[in-house]
Amino acid sequence: MIRLTDVVKEYPNGTHALNGLSMEIQDGEFVFMVGPSGSGKSTVIKLLIGEIEPTEGRVMVNGFSLRNIKEWQVPHLRRTVGVIFQDFRLIEHKSVYDNMVFAMRAVGAGPKEIRKRIPYCLNLVGLENKGRRLPSELSGGEQQRVAIARALLNNPNTIIADEPTGNLDPARSLEIMRLLERINALGTTVLVVTHEKDLVNRFDKRVVMLERGRVVSDGHGYYGRKQM
Amino acid sequence: MNNSHNFFYFMKEGAVNMFSHGFMSFAAVGITVACLLIMGTFTLVAINANAMLVDMESQNQMLAFVDKSLSDEEAQALKGDILAIENVSGATFISNEDAAAAFRDKYEDDELFQGLPDDNFRHRYAIDLKDIGFMRQTKEALEAVPGIGRGNVSAYEDEAAGFITIRNVASIVCVVLIAVLFVVSVFIIANTIKLTTFDRRDEIAIMKMVGATNGFIRWPFVYEGFLLGLFSAVIGFFLQWGLYEAVARSVAANDTINLITMVSFESMWTYVAAIFAGAGMLIGVGGSLSAIRKFLQV
Repeated sequence: MIRLTDVVKEYPNGTHALNGLSMEIQDGEFVFMVGPSGSGKSTVIKLLIGEIEPTEGRVMVNGFSLRNIKEWQVPHLRRTVGVIFQDFRLIEHKSVYDNMVFAMRAVGAGPKEIRKRIPYCLNLVGLENKGRRLPSELSGGEQQRVAIARALLNNPNTIIADEPTGNLDPARSLEIMRLLERINALGTTVLVVTHEKDLVNRFDKRVVMLERGRVVSDGHGYYGRKQM
Repeated sequence: MNNSHNFFYFMKEGAVNMFSHGFMSFAAVGITVACLLIMGTFTLVAINANAMLVDMESQNQMLAFVDKSLSDEEAQALKGDILAIENVSGATFISNEDAAAAFRDKYEDDELFQGLPDDNFRHRYAIDLKDIGFMRQTKEALEAVPGIGRGNVSAYEDEAAGFITIRNVASIVCVVLIAVLFVVSVFIIANTIKLTTFDRRDEIAIMKMVGATNGFIRWPFVYEGFLLGLFSAVIGFFLQWGLYEAVARSVAANDTINLITMVSFESMWTYVAAIFAGAGMLIGVGGSLSAIRKFLQV
């Protein structure tokens, strides 16, 4: 579960990114977070993966309190959260399979676990036959699916996708969203940060809208029913 | 995942990193070898200088003159008391006849000294010291021996002080130079590994993102530094050996400086190897730890 309570984030340069933001995402939910540039979406993601700490307020992610989190706890928090970025962040000189091995090795997985888990995740994203390819040999949509498969390797409770379709054409964007929807159906909480209105409106999901560091609307559809 | 898995994984990653940045690794090894060679050369020069000083110090004997009232037997019996003094490493009895003969030999061209009777000379002991730094205290102890007495010990205290000053200055210069070169080597390795970590910053970011601990991210770089240092040490050791032997041969063949006796490399190769290996690995590991620190703060 994710819970932000009266969160304020002020950066050292004086920028107020979040101004008393509160929201809650239950386990198994699918949520879109939308808002214009500078609304605080990126800051929320950074908070949720322990990259920064809140100036005020409380942030709870999958049982971890991020206010004054110890440095050694951050990797354990991150293993419960799979993150997907707009630019895929794959290692170009490693094959798809080796990208996955790299991610599993990084959290101390053994060879047996690696052999079992990687084919399962590749199969889940429909890339079971592309393990030997280099990222540059795949389309943008396929590369994002590799990134999703990598995010699933640690069997996380939550997937956070930061503009996952920003580099894709509409057809591929829809594919990625449907894939995330399928992953959500398997029980994983999904938070998608985007500003693609049309895409959001094609799915009947909860939409949280941010503006100037606050939640201004929260409900189903792009213009949520519940005004804050 | 057990520790042996991790060990082999880290070693493999470290080796792969090293070879995948071949030119940088070559540059790092080259510069570290150069630093180790300079450090090693200074150390070997210091060892040889120290050996020469010890040799010269051993020739800096003290003379203790025995009271004329003592018989020959009583004079020779003093040897035990002299050897019991802490800083005395050896005492050679010289009778008045031998002393007179040596004196006459020394001044054989001067007839004035040839007729000197043996009685004018006293029995004496030529005394070797363990450490000429304690010459004054040893002189006082010798003067306290019954049968020798105050004012009957001659010692070249100024010369001894000169030797000690030279040795101390040489030691300080060597220690300072070695320390400076060590720091320079660590800095160079740190920068080299910083470049490789910069090259791999995306990989590090991915590792952090998926939940790798700092320790796990750090180890391959530590092994890389360790291997770079070890390679440098091995190459540096053999180059140092060759260089030393070449210098030793040149010294022996040179008519002007062949009086200098160099310490044989065979007698100290184990120490040199251990120092090179230790310094190389310390430089490598220290450099990589300092390089990776910045990239872990994400």
